[in-house]
Amino acid sequence: MNDVVISVRELTKRFCNFTAVDHISFDVHKGEIFGFLGANGAGKTTAMRILCGLSYPTSGSGTVAGYDVMHDGEEIKRHIGYMSQRFSLYNDLTVWENMRLFAGIYGLTSKQTEQRSTELLDRLNFSSERNTLVGSLPLGWKQKLSFAIATIHRPEVVFLDEPTGGVDPVTRRQFWELIYEAANEGTTIFVTTHYMDEAEYCSRLSIMVDGKVQALDTPARLKQQYAAESMDEVFRTLARGAKRGE
Amino acid sequence: MNNELPIGGIDQAPCVMNAIEINNLSKRYGKVQALDGISFAVGQGELFGLIGPDGAGKTTLFRLLTTLIHPDSGSAKVDGYDTVNEYRIIRSRVGYMPGRFSLYPDLTVEENLQFFAATFGVTIEESYDLIAPIYKQIEPFKKRPAGKLSGGMKQKLALSCALIHRPSVLFLDEPTTGVDAVSRSEFWDMLAGLKKLGITILVSTPYMDEASRCDRIALCNEGKILGIDTPKGIVRGFDRRLYGIRAKNMFTLLERSRRVAGVEDCYPCGEQHHLVAADNFDVAMFKAQLSDMEDVNIVIKEPTIEDMFIKLMKR
Amino acid sequence: MKHNFGSFVKKETLHILRDKRTMLVVMLIPIVLMVLFGFAISTEVNNINVAVVAPHRTDGVHDAVKRLDANEYFTFKGYITPNEIDSHLRTGNVGAVIVFASDYERGTAQATAGIPTRPIIQLIVDASNVNTASSATAYLQSILLGSASQQTMFETRMLFNPQMKSAYNFVPGIMGLIFILVCAMMTSVSIVREKEMGTMEVLLVSPVRPVKIIFAKMVPYFAISCIVLITILLLARYLLGVPMSGGVGGIFALSLLYLILSLSLGLFVSTISKTQVVALLVSAMVMMMPIMMLSGMLFPIENLPRFFQIVSTIVPARWYIDAIRKMMIQGVPLMAVWENGIILLGMTIVLLSISLRKFNDKLE
Repeated sequence: MNDVVISVRELTKRFCNFTAVDHISFDVHKGEIFGFLGANGAGKTTAMRILCGLSYPTSGSGTVAGYDVMHDGEEIKRHIGYMSQRFSLYNDLTVWENMRLFAGIYGLTSKQTEQRSTELLDRLNFSSERNTLVGSLPLGWKQKLSFAIATIHRPEVVFLDEPTGGVDPVTRRQFWELIYEAANEGTTIFVTTHYMDEAEYCSRLSIMVDGKVQALDTPARLKQQYAAESMDEVFRTLARGAKRGE
Repeated sequence: MNNELPIGGIDQAPCVMNAIEINNLSKRYGKVQALDGISFAVGQGELFGLIGPDGAGKTTLFRLLTTLIHPDSGSAKVDGYDTVNEYRIIRSRVGYMPGRFSLYPDLTVEENLQFFAATFGVTIEESYDLIAPIYKQIEPFKKRPAGKLSGGMKQKLALSCALIHRPSVLFLDEPTTGVDAVSRSEFWDMLAGLKKLGITILVSTPYMDEASRCDRIALCNEGKILGIDTPKGIVRGFDRRLYGIRAKNMFTLLERSRRVAGVEDCYPCGEQHHLVAADNFDVAMFKAQLSDMEDVNIVIKEPTIEDMFIKLMKR
Repeated sequence: MKHNFGSFVKKETLHILRDKRTMLVVMLIPIVLMVLFGFAISTEVNNINVAVVAPHRTDGVHDAVKRLDANEYFTFKGYITPNEIDSHLRTGNVGAVIVFASDYERGTAQATAGIPTRPIIQLIVDASNVNTASSATAYLQSILLGSASQQTMFETRMLFNPQMKSAYNFVPGIMGLIFILVCAMMTSVSIVREKEMGTMEVLLVSPVRPVKIIFAKMVPYFAISCIVLITILLLARYLLGVPMSGGVGGIFALSLLYLILSLSLGLFVSTISKTQVVALLVSAMVMMMPIMMLSGMLFPIENLPRFFQIVSTIVPARWYIDAIRKMMIQGVPLMAVWENGIILLGMTIVLLSISLRKFNDKLE
């Protein structure tokens, strides 16, 4: 297949004598929802930082949206979107002001900004809340909005860091519908999480243990392979083999 | 040597059936109705779960029961004592683990434990038999500052601290949030052990999958209780047929399924979509209507607590 | 509950000891400030250049200049005209100018004869370094007196620092500031930190009375403040030579009262702040700014606009600094500043009772 959006070969990151990421290799295809799992300290944060252009690998190679993680960190940042549960939007700005801010950060012209934000607000059924302060919105709405804003510059890949922790099941499903929709339109979604119920929504999963990718497949086949009822069980089986502490 | 020390201190509680009784309790913060007239009771020695998302009112309920705040209306009893008038007695009988990391990060494991022991006027030795199964796992690190422990170890230390005075009722507010799956599972094993000793445990969690570890659960959302029962009983209340559906294009499947006759609800659920069927739903007809889609697959599913939660929320 | 007060104090002490950076800052700031004022403002008179203005260079003038030049501490730079005085002093060419009156000879004669006369010698001194200036003035006067009669009248003008602000004046100010910093700011932050961390919830749910938690928190900060107080007093006495003739006991007693007041202030701030950042901001805005501006530390109260003079009466540091200054420099005993003491005591009682009432055993 030549629709590979993220490609990683033997990627390694060492801090002094500690190997946080240990020769990992995988490919993520266009429109895929790729789950990136690991216990605390397994190295998933370090790996994701490299893929987001925030840090350089010690050795190995990788491309994200066609840019080299070794040399084009700045280009990568321009072509990806990022959303985390912890920081997403400014509560003291309105919906529109947040959109304008992030559009500005990614260099959209004011005409593009206007057009794109109207489009996103329409899709979310949110046009009436355009001038509402983000802080006064319910948590579920905030999350949908921050996902929309993460895609404001039409990135090829969107990185989601534990996107739906602590949300009620109905809102969580609405959120995943948005993600499915984006993936359906060809955006690649890269999810890091340690919530296994979130992992089950992904089309493929990789599980990191001690800096290495221990398993990589669809949730169904992983469950089959480990004779497990749920991803939680698969994860526990793998993580119990971990040697290094958190 | 202190094995004969009863749980909950020397003096016996007045004879009560229920460890916790909640009567029409309400609490409002400004515009937000955090708790909206809830009532339920927890029996002695029961492991009771409050299941609900952020903002369901779980933390408010814990603060009311641990006598940290006053209710606007309604009343509650813990161990037979009123939370408003007899709060001093309650405070010496309950253990509490708030949602946030409630240890001193600059003090070592041992110093934290010693401090909380002194706060309750006991020594570590007096309660060692009770905390040993949990504390032994972190004892090798007792000289390490609590701030440098992993999430799972912090949680074990916090639990040891909450148990140090042999409380009869234990309140645990989202103890497993932010902890990885392995530690979470271990934590529930520890709670099962404490339950065997006769300690009443009220625990909250946003994770539906943890509900099955409780004796009984209350599903809560926006200050209200949607349902109370055993985990099995909750699931039994799901009076519709449930199907799991898959196709190559999951997003189109979702949109198309919702338009098929007899489909009451359809929502993503992990790698499948769940389809709640009304009486007039017909599998063959469903397949026929989606015959132009690739790899459509439909199987009967057992409903989970999450399915029930969604049903109750949408009602 | 038995013995738990001690364990609370121990725990607070551990918090402080583990936070080495803060400890260091708290212990070092007073020392640095004192040493800075002590050495930057040297009291030694050395090689001061002197110029002379004399309309008539009479024998008496020559005589005086000769003795001046012979003195090892002063160097005679020459005669100048009255118009040049300012520029020479401003450029630092000379540190002092002696101006002989045109009727110097006659004035001397009159003074010798015992007839009252107007000043006949004017000393104009660069007082930007206060200590040097005052020593130099005294020295010059004694030299010039030797040439004239005992009654020779001097007129002395200190330029650039007419209020004679000196290290002496700064010591009470530093004390007023540092105790608020250590006691009020650190106690409030440490209480609010427990609220933020969630440990306060656990403590409140325990049978311990909140009052106990609070007092246990105050003990180590009080102890640190006492060490700082002793350090400051020692440095002031032996490094800067502040007289303290009013008695160290009085200064100490009043300072202890001020320490308790600062602790109450910290407690008060903690009851109104929810986060450490807020506590810090409130401390900085509500305590530090008024102390710097309205306590007489930087600007004399009398020079403030009327409105701020009134506002300054509620700033505790104003009363403390004023009393300490009187006791340290003017050398009055504690009894002479009893009014300040009563005001401080009143403030302490009011603050402590408000904050203890506000700090109840509920979260609300």
